[in-house]
Amino acid sequence: MTTLNKTNRRDFLKITSMTGSGLLLGFSWFSADAETPVVMTKTNFAGDLGFNSYLSIGTDGTITIFSPNPELGQNIMTSFPMIVAEELDADWTKVKVVQAALDTVKFDRQLTGGSGAIPHSWKRLRVAGATARHLLIAAAAKRWNVDTTECSTSNGFVIHAKTGNKFGYGELAEEASKMTAPADVPLKNRKDFKIIGTAVRNIENKKIITGKGMFGLDFYREGMVIAMIQRPPAFGTKVKSVDATAAKAMPGIVDVVTFKNNVAVVGKSTWEVMKARKAVKIEYEKDGNIESTADHDQLFVSLLNSDKATVRRKDGDVETAFKNAAKIITSEYQCPFIPHNPMEPMNFFADVREGGIELVGPSQTPGSARTAVSKLLNIPENKITLELTRLGGGFGRRLKYDYVLEAAELSSIIKKPVKLIWSREDDMMGGSYRPAVRYRFEAALDAQGNLIGYKLRGVGINVNNSTREDNFPSGAVDNLLIDTLEHVSPITTGAWRAPVTNFLAFAEQGFIDEVAQAAGKDPVQFRLELLQKARTKPAGAIKYNIDRMETVIKQVAEKSGWGTKKDVSQGFSVYFSHASYVGQVCDVEMKAGKPVVKKIYAVADCGEVINKSGAQQQVMGGIVDGYGHAMFGKLTFKDGAPGQNNFGQYRLIRMKEIPEIEAHFVDNGIDPTGLGEPALPPTGGAVANAIFKATGTRLKNQPFIDEPPFKAKPAKGF
Amino acid sequence: MAIFNLQVNGKEYKTDVAADTPLLWVLRDHLGLVGTKFGCGIAQCGACTVLLDGNAVKACVLPVSAIKTSKVTTIEGLSANGDHPLQQAWDEVDVPQCGYCQAGQIMTAAALLKRKPKPTMQEIDEAMHPNICRCGAYHRIREAVKSASNKI
Repeated sequence: MTTLNKTNRRDFLKITSMTGSGLLLGFSWFSADAETPVVMTKTNFAGDLGFNSYLSIGTDGTITIFSPNPELGQNIMTSFPMIVAEELDADWTKVKVVQAALDTVKFDRQLTGGSGAIPHSWKRLRVAGATARHLLIAAAAKRWNVDTTECSTSNGFVIHAKTGNKFGYGELAEEASKMTAPADVPLKNRKDFKIIGTAVRNIENKKIITGKGMFGLDFYREGMVIAMIQRPPAFGTKVKSVDATAAKAMPGIVDVVTFKNNVAVVGKSTWEVMKARKAVKIEYEKDGNIESTADHDQLFVSLLNSDKATVRRKDGDVETAFKNAAKIITSEYQCPFIPHNPMEPMNFFADVREGGIELVGPSQTPGSARTAVSKLLNIPENKITLELTRLGGGFGRRLKYDYVLEAAELSSIIKKPVKLIWSREDDMMGGSYRPAVRYRFEAALDAQGNLIGYKLRGVGINVNNSTREDNFPSGAVDNLLIDTLEHVSPITTGAWRAPVTNFLAFAEQGFIDEVAQAAGKDPVQFRLELLQKARTKPAGAIKYNIDRMETVIKQVAEKSGWGTKKDVSQGFSVYFSHASYVGQVCDVEMKAGKPVVKKIYAVADCGEVINKSGAQQQVMGGIVDGYGHAMFGKLTFKDGAPGQNNFGQYRLIRMKEIPEIEAHFVDNGIDPTGLGEPALPPTGGAVANAIFKATGTRLKNQPFIDEPPFKAKPAKGF
Repeated sequence: MAIFNLQVNGKEYKTDVAADTPLLWVLRDHLGLVGTKFGCGIAQCGACTVLLDGNAVKACVLPVSAIKTSKVTTIEGLSANGDHPLQQAWDEVDVPQCGYCQAGQIMTAAALLKRKPKPTMQEIDEAMHPNICRCGAYHRIREAVKSASNKI
């Protein structure tokens, strides 16, 4: 491929203007088969698209790397370069990071989701840094006319110990750029890490705390118009008629256009558009099922008793096990819909012109967004550029690209560059939700309190499989049946941080506690016994790592003083998701007859911790997220319309409601696994189990705030 | 439409907008000061917090006509070089995750420290209650406010 599309040209210009001359290394973060970096000249850089990312070392010593993944607070723009800088032995203060624009030719995983970026890129980033370091050493050795084995590197310098000579990387960059990269370079031993595993501050802090425009909503282009869309107020309805006469006559309004079920108000400024939108008269009519929360509650009962479930996993003979049981425990858990509510409302800039489209904004899946725009407007993808801004949160909401399509379609209709803005109400009412789900668990115990049979049925709205059938305790129970049913609804749903497990983990960990209690066993001991059973006499496939799970269980029990505290009630939970393991213990105290969540201990095994500060943030933030939504999150529906549309009615956790959190990490040197999500799922279970211990009441439905221990008379702070 | 003379971050601005235009949109759309954020539009999340004569106000519901001669301070004007003790503490404690709410958090904290330079933890919690951080960075926000208060 020799032609550059606009995106590549832009990247090229950025990188050449940043580096001047120096070493430019092309390498592949994302392709599976091309891990050897190659030295590039300005000429072959322009022509070669085989490499999907670039590390450059300028003659002034500045090190620049492109970060392809959308940044939404997971801190990837800091942790990616940390990995490169480690192997390069770079001076961290000279490292710069640039957000790469979308490029599906170069990048094959340019998205943020599934806690997958670091695990995917770990080795590639290390090889890139190590290769650059190797070339710099070679350049220095040549200049000194010594053997490369006599040279070492430290903090941005190549050092010749015998003579005490040293060169800064910038001084060597030009020379290094004339050498050939080796096919195979050794990587550091982890005991020699100087950057990885330390606490490094977010590389964008300065911009954030001084209010620099960096988010999609901050984007401005001369001549652009602002637009907001009125969407149907209830799921299952469509536009019948529109009267925009009054709105069109209002100051600053450019046009009001209707497409699909969208009535778009276009104007010169946001406030003028907001006001005019209220003046548009729209009638709606029925266009599908009109559903309410009460309907869903009834529906769950019938689905739980249906004989049409899809079997997800079946081990042994469940019927016989339950027939022979000394004790059977049955329990049901339910969660409501919840919106994602990233703080930055949905928005996107689109400019559809003759010959091409320019898109700018926040997206977790820019590649899919562009493909969808291409299909919608029938314009080839190579005529569409997409530049990523920083994302003001995502939580899965921006995995969907509905708002990108709207912006592009609107721009194509009005033939103007447009920034489409959603209000908070638009997002909470018309967006995408964590689906409502209900679970029924059944457990069979023998006379000795051994778990001999286990059944789980998950029923959900627009969730094809509401279970993770291979998760613990699967593999530890000889007779097991997991099945699911789905109700297809016009209420749109989508992936919400730690999809499915964000609620399933609470239900599973709550139920395991119920079973332990029925068996007369300590909850921690009971889980360890089950793991031991999975290890020695596994039932069916085991898809989790028993040792890693056992380790986090034991470590968090120890850190939290499990079983030794007299003045607090403790609850336990452990979960495996996104290839990582997190155990949690929650401390609850009673105050004026109400449970108060005082502290949550967490031990996470995510393999190698890249950035101690960022990792703490992901665990603490994940716990606050998990706790806050378990406690307060609830979106109800009445006749297809959401019952809550803004933070006045929809409650998010605030500072004075957070418990103390103590987070630890298992130090095992395993290659990194995910961390953006895994700390969230276990929290609800730890909290509910502690509240049971304190009050004798099991919380089985979210939000907890509506349940008996909290409902009668709110405790202070809730 | 009417002309409004505003004092923002020590500078004089003239803007021609409808009298009911919230300060938030005057700042963002007309003055190009985008550090103040839109989060909810109903004064429930605090992302749009600015100082009005030193007091924290929600710019998303404050009509420009109500400002008159009051002095407005936004995140861009909190310090000349981004080195207000709160901004320094925010960096040192490494507070931001997505970062979207942080300007509002800092401005609320600035108003608190102005009226109460040495707040207790409970006073910090009360003062910061209007501000939502969806990423859940509350522990570090609290720590940064405390840390800055020790340096004022």
